[in-house]
Amino acid sequence: MRKISGSQALIEALLHEGVDTLFGYPGGQAIPIYDTLYDYKDRLNHVLVRHEQGATHAAQGYARVSGKVGVTVVTSGPGVANTITGIADAMMDSTPIVVIAGQVPASLLGTDAFQEVDVIGVTQPITKWAYQVRNADEIAWAVARAFYIASTGRPGPVVLDIAKNAQVGMTDYQPVIIDHIRSYIPVPDMETEKIAEAAQLINEAKKPLALVGQGVILGNAEKELLHFLRKADIPAASTILGLSALPSNEPLNVGLLGMHGNIAPNLKTNECDILIAIGMRFDDRVTGDLNTYAKQAKIIHLDIDPSEIDKNVKVDVPVLGDAKMTLGELTKQLKENKHTQWIETFKPHWDKEIESVIKSELYPETGALKMGEVVHKVSEATGNQAVLVTDVGQNQMMGVRYFKFSQTRSVVTSGGLGTMGFGLPAAIGAKFGAPDRTVCLFVGDGGLQMTIQELGTIMQSNIDVKIILLNNEYLGMVRQWQELFWQERYSETVMNNPDFVKIAEAYHIPGRTVETREELDEAVKQMLETKGAYLLEAKVLQKGMVYPMVPAGTCVTNILLGEE
Amino acid sequence: MTHIKEQGAKLYTITIFSENTVGLLNQVTIIFTRRGLNIETLSVSQSAIEGIHKFTITAFAGEETIIKVVKQIDKRVDIVKAYYNTDEDLVYQEIALYKLSTPKLLSLGSIEDIIRRYNARILDMTDVWVVLEKTGHYEETQALFKELSEKIGVLQFIRSGRVAITKSRVERLSDMLAAMEEKLKIRNS
Repeated sequence: MRKISGSQALIEALLHEGVDTLFGYPGGQAIPIYDTLYDYKDRLNHVLVRHEQGATHAAQGYARVSGKVGVTVVTSGPGVANTITGIADAMMDSTPIVVIAGQVPASLLGTDAFQEVDVIGVTQPITKWAYQVRNADEIAWAVARAFYIASTGRPGPVVLDIAKNAQVGMTDYQPVIIDHIRSYIPVPDMETEKIAEAAQLINEAKKPLALVGQGVILGNAEKELLHFLRKADIPAASTILGLSALPSNEPLNVGLLGMHGNIAPNLKTNECDILIAIGMRFDDRVTGDLNTYAKQAKIIHLDIDPSEIDKNVKVDVPVLGDAKMTLGELTKQLKENKHTQWIETFKPHWDKEIESVIKSELYPETGALKMGEVVHKVSEATGNQAVLVTDVGQNQMMGVRYFKFSQTRSVVTSGGLGTMGFGLPAAIGAKFGAPDRTVCLFVGDGGLQMTIQELGTIMQSNIDVKIILLNNEYLGMVRQWQELFWQERYSETVMNNPDFVKIAEAYHIPGRTVETREELDEAVKQMLETKGAYLLEAKVLQKGMVYPMVPAGTCVTNILLGEE
Repeated sequence: MTHIKEQGAKLYTITIFSENTVGLLNQVTIIFTRRGLNIETLSVSQSAIEGIHKFTITAFAGEETIIKVVKQIDKRVDIVKAYYNTDEDLVYQEIALYKLSTPKLLSLGSIEDIIRRYNARILDMTDVWVVLEKTGHYEETQALFKELSEKIGVLQFIRSGRVAITKSRVERLSDMLAAMEEKLKIRNS
């Protein structure tokens, strides 16, 4: 057998896993890997980011839209330390990524060598698996195991910490296939009696409500979900990560859950008789105060992760398994049903939200541009076909509230960790993950400046992302909390901003600023018609608010609607 | 800072079967750390099943918390299985060593009395010091410690982590592993 270097074995193993794109940044302890990549340019696309955090978020964006594992390559020490935020984000949002980090030679481990950091120690709490490769012979096995773990069951981030000597050492390379680990049960067995119990509850329900989480998307169960909902005529609301599992125009889609979700599904959570949670984890931003959450309802929880059962909400019927299978089985046992009356009770709450919040947000006639208005225009102009990427904060809530979706895997947002700075690099990754789709990023002036250096990546790799900057000159979401709950004491939330369009221009990215309603349509059109990246800066109402709002830690029915 | 125990907290014994890989202990302990749970005792050894290691951990917590902790431990890729038990389900033991001053011990008059009452034994002895060993439950080893401390003082003291065996016939894990292998066979055939 021909011996090859560990680095080459690594690249061969990545190709064997079907990897086509890497997001990375070289450095001292990753030079052998980069040297090998030089010979593989025709087979493996490496996207040079400007900061390692960006590499992980890009890998996340890629994974979320493509359903494949996103891959990041970085060097040791500061390189891998910079990936921590992205790894933690991927852990929270169950995103399959593999972070490959160079490490000092095994002989220097533990000696505080230059650019040594205890990667395994640091990343164990925020990874599904973290492994240190100390010699070249382990590489094929470690890569196979990394991809198997990252992509199966409930997906998540994996870190491979590869010592320099393992990169340069020679090994007999043979591709390894791993499809089983004895200590790891990716998909728990479906219990038929639980399915039957759940089916019976649903068949008897008068007022069922389904909560759709990302588990539906991760499990490729969108079709099964639709059959399930339609057969028993069950209204369904979505978490922000579950968005786009159901098309926005599906009649049974009753909206968004949570702190800035729609009034109807939040209120109905506390009125339904059966709550069916599908691949979601009852995050506090969804449930509010657990002591008052859905107390009247019997709760059925479909999840692939046994540790989610009873974690936040006590469940009456847990249904473990893969959503595609469990939803399919469950649907078989459902009676065709109609819940017309129940579903009609959602409507007045929707009407109220339209009157008190949505109209003035989407169709204002006077005053400054509003965030929702911009999101709505962009979504419409793309025919509701685009991928929505958001940063975190008001831009995110406006994005997920007002962007509309026609197909699955259309939302890339930092849900669990709420990472400002996520948006721009995630949009880059999303474009590589879905090259044929329009990628629209909504980002605030705060978050954009957290990873603004990735404009360099966009320039160098010619990445077609449409950046819509909702600039209100504030850290808007914190300012909103300060206005509502902290006596308008705007501590450190006022931003003195640069000229963003000029910054983009310096990176050869065209852009323009809009301040008035009259020019908005035309500006959106110009952005979408421009080939390649574009920055559309919308100067929006400085003290714009996101409503409705369920204040943190209060009951889901305690909904603020603003002054209207 | 004193450690605040959860209301209704009870001593639970958590048994964890794992692959024998580097860094496993850390993976387990961080799950306790995250919830601010103190580990009371910890012992690690090979199990009856080749290649599988067994952790025995005791901690005070409410049952709901312990259930969540055990599930989160079980979820780790290299953990084969985690269980929790209360004392009633287990046969368990700890070992304690006591280093004492020989002259002071002799001054008690009857060494035999204390050895017999506590079912302790002498491991080593010089004319300066003596080392006693006692196995038993916490209360038992602690009672001897208390008596010795009060009467003659204890020079050094160490108590091991709990080791425990369930009252069921074999390691419950063997059944699970057998079932898994059966499933694999079916899948691969």
